Amino acid sequence: MYFLAAEGGEAHNPILPLWQEIVVGGIAFIVLCFVLMKFVFPRMEQTFQARVDAIEGGIKRAEAAQSEANQLLEQYRAQLAEARTDAAKIRDDARADAEGIRQDILAKAREEADRVIQAGKDQLAAERATIVRELRAEVGTIAVDLASKIVGESLADEARRKGTVDRFLDSLESTGAR
Amino acid sequence: MFGQSNVLAQGEVNFPPSVEDFYLPSIAPWGAENNYWFTKITFMVWLAVGILILFFLLTYRKPQLVPTKKQWLAESIYGFVRNNIAVEMIGHQGVRFAPYFTTLFCFVLLTNFFAIVPFFQISPNSHIAFPAFLALISYVLFNWVGIKKHGFGGYFKRALIPPAPWYILPLLIPIEAFSTFLVRPFSLAVRLFANMFAGHMLLLVFTLGGFAMLNANALLAPISVLSWVMTVALTFLEFLVIVLQAYVFTVLTASYVQGALAEEH
Repeated sequence: MYFLAAEGGEAHNPILPLWQEIVVGGIAFIVLCFVLMKFVFPRMEQTFQARVDAIEGGIKRAEAAQSEANQLLEQYRAQLAEARTDAAKIRDDARADAEGIRQDILAKAREEADRVIQAGKDQLAAERATIVRELRAEVGTIAVDLASKIVGESLADEARRKGTVDRFLDSLESTGAR
Repeated sequence: MFGQSNVLAQGEVNFPPSVEDFYLPSIAPWGAENNYWFTKITFMVWLAVGILILFFLLTYRKPQLVPTKKQWLAESIYGFVRNNIAVEMIGHQGVRFAPYFTTLFCFVLLTNFFAIVPFFQISPNSHIAFPAFLALISYVLFNWVGIKKHGFGGYFKRALIPPAPWYILPLLIPIEAFSTFLVRPFSLAVRLFANMFAGHMLLLVFTLGGFAMLNANALLAPISVLSWVMTVALTFLEFLVIVLQAYVFTVLTASYVQGALAEEH
């Protein structure tokens, strides 16, 4: 163990640093520090930050999308409710319209029927009056002829004759109508 | 790669291992003693720096929101130190120290890790120069941060005068000064150095011990095998120490920074 020391000229004391090694170690370590602390770790810190931003940005985007979706949903719901109300209103209107139209048509039909009936009645009455008039003249003539044949005498007083026939017919008519 | 094979090539085993086993001959000029500019140790430091720079620059050349596997690995390392050390110890404002803590953690971890990598088999941190330099940076860092935050007088007032009755202060102030401004950097450096030194020494003892016993008496061969089995077991232990010490160094630095930034004592 001592011959090496003798060869080296002096024994080394392990607790005393060699100044050459301090210089070498110092330079090497400072180079290392310079490179890593300037070019590597700040960029790592940036990357971490970018990653945090990316994640937080993603969350924010997701939240925005969610709120937008909620808003759209609300909007659609409102629109749907509105449409339902409109539909109900339209249906009610239509129902009311239909009822009105029905009433109109019914009224018109009733009117028409009344008119037709009235026309019939009028026509009947006119015909009846015509027939009555014709009958009256004819029956009068026949009755006079019959009476003159039966009685065999000519009635000179036409005015009296006419009054007698009319009275007779009136009595006939009143009994016939009964 | 060089030291142990030299020892073994000499035919007789240099046992027990000594401090001199930690001081390997120079690479350029080849074999020169007491030339410390280009040794296996400094080579490993440069190698660690190169590996870390290449790894991080290549994996973080084109960072993506959805990380690739390598990018995920790099981010996990940074995220671990950032969240589990910087933010955990210092709070929200610890984020601005996270880049340095991560660099420190990676550097200590990788240089420590050389202790159990085949053909490297020694950690640069078993030379106190490197832990000492790192501890010096931590020391300057936490004092600088404290002075910047509280002002020169305010910082030292906070650091030195604990909230205690006045009559006990003459006792407390020297203790505070000693522990904060003298012991802290020293213990930080020595803790890492001593762990790596002792780890390497243990591995040397069991590896070389196996050869020493085999050389001394062929009948001791089973014990040699036992010794080498112990070497394997201790390598696992060493792995634990490597990770733990890298973590501890970073956590303590963070803790000192936190102490310097704290509002109350």
